[in-house]
Amino acid sequence: MERTEAIALKNITKTFGSIVANKNVSLHVFHHEILSILGENGSGKTTLMNMISGIYHPDEGEIFIDGQPASIQSPRDAYRYKIGMIHQHFKLIDVFSATENIVLGMEEGIYDLKAAEKKIRATCKKYGFEIDPTKKIYQMSVSEKQTVEIVKALYRGADILILDEPTAVLTPQEIRKLFDVMRRMRDDGKAIIIITHKLNEVLEISDRVSVLRKGEYIGTINTAEANAGILTEMMVGKKVSLNIERSEPKDLQKRLTLTNVTVLAPDGRAILRNVNFTANAGEILGIAGISGSGQKELLEAIAGLQHLKSGSILYSNPETGREENLRNKTPMQIRNLGVRLSFVPEDRLGMGLVGSMGIADNMMLRSYRKGGFFLLRRKEPRDLAKRIIEELQIVTPGPQTPVRRLSGGNVQKVLVGREISSSPTVLMAAYPVRGLDINSSYLIYNLLMKQKENGVAVIFVGEDLDVLTELCDRILVISGGVVTGIVDGRDVTKEELGLLMTKAHHREEEAQ
Amino acid sequence: MNLTGEKLKREPLIHISKRGALPFWKSWLIRLGAIAASLLVCAIITYTLTKINPLSVFAALVQGAVGTTRKIWTLLQGVAMLLCVALAVTPAFKMRFWNIGAEGQVLMGGFAAAACMILFGDKLQPTVLLLVVILSSIVAGAIWAVIPAIFKAFWNTNETLFTLMMNYIVMQIIAFFSHVWANPKGSGQINTINERTEAGWLPVIGNYPYLLNILIVAVLTVAVYIYLTHSKHGYEIAVVGESENTAKYIGINVRKVIIRTMLLSGALCGVAGLLLVAGTDHTIKSDTAGGRGFTAIMVSWLAKFNPLVMILTSLLLIFMQQGAGEISSGLGLNKSFSDILSGVIIFFIIGSEFFIQYQIKFRKHKEVEAK
Repeated sequence: MERTEAIALKNITKTFGSIVANKNVSLHVFHHEILSILGENGSGKTTLMNMISGIYHPDEGEIFIDGQPASIQSPRDAYRYKIGMIHQHFKLIDVFSATENIVLGMEEGIYDLKAAEKKIRATCKKYGFEIDPTKKIYQMSVSEKQTVEIVKALYRGADILILDEPTAVLTPQEIRKLFDVMRRMRDDGKAIIIITHKLNEVLEISDRVSVLRKGEYIGTINTAEANAGILTEMMVGKKVSLNIERSEPKDLQKRLTLTNVTVLAPDGRAILRNVNFTANAGEILGIAGISGSGQKELLEAIAGLQHLKSGSILYSNPETGREENLRNKTPMQIRNLGVRLSFVPEDRLGMGLVGSMGIADNMMLRSYRKGGFFLLRRKEPRDLAKRIIEELQIVTPGPQTPVRRLSGGNVQKVLVGREISSSPTVLMAAYPVRGLDINSSYLIYNLLMKQKENGVAVIFVGEDLDVLTELCDRILVISGGVVTGIVDGRDVTKEELGLLMTKAHHREEEAQ
Repeated sequence: MNLTGEKLKREPLIHISKRGALPFWKSWLIRLGAIAASLLVCAIITYTLTKINPLSVFAALVQGAVGTTRKIWTLLQGVAMLLCVALAVTPAFKMRFWNIGAEGQVLMGGFAAAACMILFGDKLQPTVLLLVVILSSIVAGAIWAVIPAIFKAFWNTNETLFTLMMNYIVMQIIAFFSHVWANPKGSGQINTINERTEAGWLPVIGNYPYLLNILIVAVLTVAVYIYLTHSKHGYEIAVVGESENTAKYIGINVRKVIIRTMLLSGALCGVAGLLLVAGTDHTIKSDTAGGRGFTAIMVSWLAKFNPLVMILTSLLLIFMQQGAGEISSGLGLNKSFSDILSGVIIFFIIGSEFFIQYQIKFRKHKEVEAK
């Protein structure tokens, strides 16, 4: 087949302050192909694509579309060049229907929603999308919203589609469906770019792979000639072993027991419904679920940050042998009971740390109350900061540099380091490797593993099912606030997890 | 779709990007450069509008600010008063509690002092009266500040509007009592209170009427600095200000911190009111605070909430203000002209912060022969 070039990037450079996001990147994308842009977090994939879609502007270099030099100043310009980008965070208006969202912002005088709907249905039929154009966005699942975004781009005549981490929020079943429509769009002659850091997806969907590392273009290879080892080496720059050595749990002891825990949202809807489970000392309990299924609230309820409508959270204190009910206690009261609970929240800079403070001052968050009555004692936190910087190899100009300026991986090391340093009996971590590079991710996995071997009850909320099944001893699946299953991490498959993750949704739909 | 026409569109020549951390000296170099540039613009404006030699205007400015011993004392007093209010608003601002009611809190403190002086002037022992005056003004300032804080803490009301409206209430209270306590009767204003007995007046050190005020504010500056940077309370304020979620996560009682901090902020405003009424004016009017409650916000922000730097920023503003007064009287230009000059200078100083945060890049355009 004769391939025509859709986009060519020549020597693109983009910097933010002293940070070089992209350096001299040159890239070609053809019609009739799916190109994966592969790279670790922070390697500049999204920045590069944002320059194609008109959100950023390159400092240096040029973009060619269909062989002609192009100047893309805004997303509207991008549409003129028939480029559509589907962002990781959807840009839809909740109270509007799919059709209304799709036509919104198009300059066509008075909107003809009927005609638009017809056109949308035709597009859906052509590529195999399944959406109801009249359905409101707030009634849609994540995967439906994503479909609306894709149809929106197609409706505007996009010939070049960019998908930024489209699979991050989907279940295995939904991913398969997405890949099917992507293939159909490719066969229709579209140029498709998919940004991802998941190797198995790259190998499955793409025709060619371009790899970025630390903002630099490393190279492009045909997927047929690639394998996971080659790609990782290109991505990281050296050979990495991707195995988690899961040890057999020993001396299991009951540590936390949740019984019939129900938590309501401010609007009265149940976010958690009758949750029951036990977390044991000496094992890693994984929590799987589509994001927003109540994982956050579950951990916060245990940490004393959510009000329980009903139920109990019993903590078995290994030192005294007593059982304490943590229900509706404040974090302070929980600590005063002698419960050594550590919590690595999902929102690292917004909840776990103070972005404008240095590492030393962030260490103090847990310990500042110690010491004299009025003045702060700065010495211990400073020593702890130095120790953690050394032990976890945190890259920072110094312990006083605001943690906001550190890279995502280093921020997470600061947070996890602090939480582990208080020798907890329960360690909860929500998405602890989100946004981290491969090396940092494995460092975190190993830290969790070490905690488990030291007899800590580890609760790990994850999104990557491969990791969950490799790391966890047991996996609890939550869907719509309901526990739909607790399975053995050693013999469950991703497909089984995927089904459990969507179980309650189906039940709800049937009830309607 | 007319693509060829679109393609001729020019690349933008410049664009703005965020800087990394600047070394300390470099950021101050930018600020000094801004002041130099502002003086240049002032000179151009002065010459084009008035044909007066700009140098003589600047000379008059300095002359007016620090020309005589008396002027230096007035300058220091002005700095002390403005700094005192700025110290008061800073803990609240660090907590991201936008207290723009310092004006009213100062007035409330001053009003309480004046009321005690008037009501108990000949009834209480001088030392007892003085203690009552001091305590009541501090408490009054604190109460006026804690009302919006309580509403914010429990019902999450908007503190900006709330504190602003509280200003007008206290102004009207003072206007009302100016009639009730008018002296002489019917004049509608309160003259110097207890002029003969000086009851309730703060003592004067030696021959220097402003020295006590200045010393008190100097001590407060150091105290607030230590409170904010080295105390547990200061740490809690910083955490709450940066992220309430983080504060809750580590078990800080956010409501308590909000209320406690506003009590402190209001109490310091009360002190400012006390120094103005019992220490300086010995009377109360609805403009006794003189807009310091608002100017203090600028002092605090320009200093990035560092009390020690606030000495410099308040000095700068008062220096300009006082020097500008001299320009208007000495050179026969009116007051508005000096306002123009201070406006230009402040504009440049605030504008320089932009260049400290961001840098402007010119596009390096490479001509491409392939068309």
